[in-house]
Amino acid sequence: MNYRRISRDGLWDNNVVFAQMLALCPLLAVTSTATNGLGMGLASTAVMVASNVLISALRRFISTEVRIPVYIVFIATLVTLVDMSLNAWAHELYKVLGLFIALIVVNCAILGRVESFASKNPVPAAALDGLMMGLGFTLALVALGGVREILGSGTLFAQASLLMGESFGFLETTLIPGYRGYLLMILPAGGFLALGFLLAGKRVLDRRLADRSRRLVNQPATA
Amino acid sequence: MTLDATLIRDTLRTALALLVFAVIGAALLSGTFSMTQPTIQRSVEAAKLKLIAQTLPANAFDNNPVADAVPLMPHPLLGLKRAGHAYPAYQGGQPAAVALEIAAPDGYSGEIKLLVGIRADGSISGVRVTEHRETPGLGDYIELGKSPWIRQFEGISLATRKPDQWKVRKDGGAFDSMAGATITPRAVVKAVGKSLEYFEAHRDALLPQKGD
Repeated sequence: MNYRRISRDGLWDNNVVFAQMLALCPLLAVTSTATNGLGMGLASTAVMVASNVLISALRRFISTEVRIPVYIVFIATLVTLVDMSLNAWAHELYKVLGLFIALIVVNCAILGRVESFASKNPVPAAALDGLMMGLGFTLALVALGGVREILGSGTLFAQASLLMGESFGFLETTLIPGYRGYLLMILPAGGFLALGFLLAGKRVLDRRLADRSRRLVNQPATA
Repeated sequence: MTLDATLIRDTLRTALALLVFAVIGAALLSGTFSMTQPTIQRSVEAAKLKLIAQTLPANAFDNNPVADAVPLMPHPLLGLKRAGHAYPAYQGGQPAAVALEIAAPDGYSGEIKLLVGIRADGSISGVRVTEHRETPGLGDYIELGKSPWIRQFEGISLATRKPDQWKVRKDGGAFDSMAGATITPRAVVKAVGKSLEYFEAHRDALLPQKGD
């Protein structure tokens, strides 16, 4: 099992949002700020790792005919467990994230990873895949949330201390003081626009990188 | 006609596996539910008390308004669709103020739920929005976190603002609103004004003398 490959796939090459184009509904719904994106990303990552490990460990007992209902039962159970535990033991955090946690159930990326990876691979690989896919998703959420927050309200990581405790208050920055805000970027339409530009940006970057490695292969002796 | 025995066996095994997984999931959920429920209940109540205390005059009561809550039946002046609560505050057994759960039914995107604190003399001690679906960045300045707009009600009573003045300035009333979003504040101003009328009519039921 190639762990480097799994990490690279999850974070960049096969990124949930930027390559697979999955989970766009929760993505657009929560990314009005970078903090929201980070919270949603971390919660999704936890559920992704747990569901991948669970399904991978039990993959021999789940017959192909009923695998989808079994996956859904597992994912819904896990999400509800996370929901209730956060509500009880991290109530302040729950007030910020509560809305998004229910959205994780409908995150098709989780079902997608379970079906296409965890059900066919051993536990350690499945755990790493869940972690990397989750972090890749978090990266996309924070990037989109950051762009929308800067353009929409002129701040970055506003209310981060609510999410991660007072010690992370330093993350809260006002980039453009006195900025009146640009409503479009906070509304879902702005999310679509920003996502489109980010996707285009990734394509350009990937093409540049591919061009450069091709050139390096073609002229190996000049250095 | 014979049914394939292996087919039946496979089907039963599959069904059994699905059943076992569903039972395990249900057991986990009910276990966690009974473990977390008391804590959740406590934090919900603490959060509620904190919000109610924001609308009541500071340091002017010594009871627990949540424990002393009285039911509030749906009434046209309250805008409530379902029964809510009134949270009375007492200082040394004397009625000090009461917080009413009310709703403005005519917000830009549906109902706006509010908590209005009214002192025993009929003046407003504080108003907070508890739930709304107004447009982010436009109508959401009714939240205290976004703008101090909601504080303009503090100290006002029906004696200082006649019922026909409970409108935004744009409509000839006495309250400020922000350009571009008038429907939201219009609904809030109207609902707060009506809650004062309700208080005037039901003062004794809302703030009963304690100890009798």
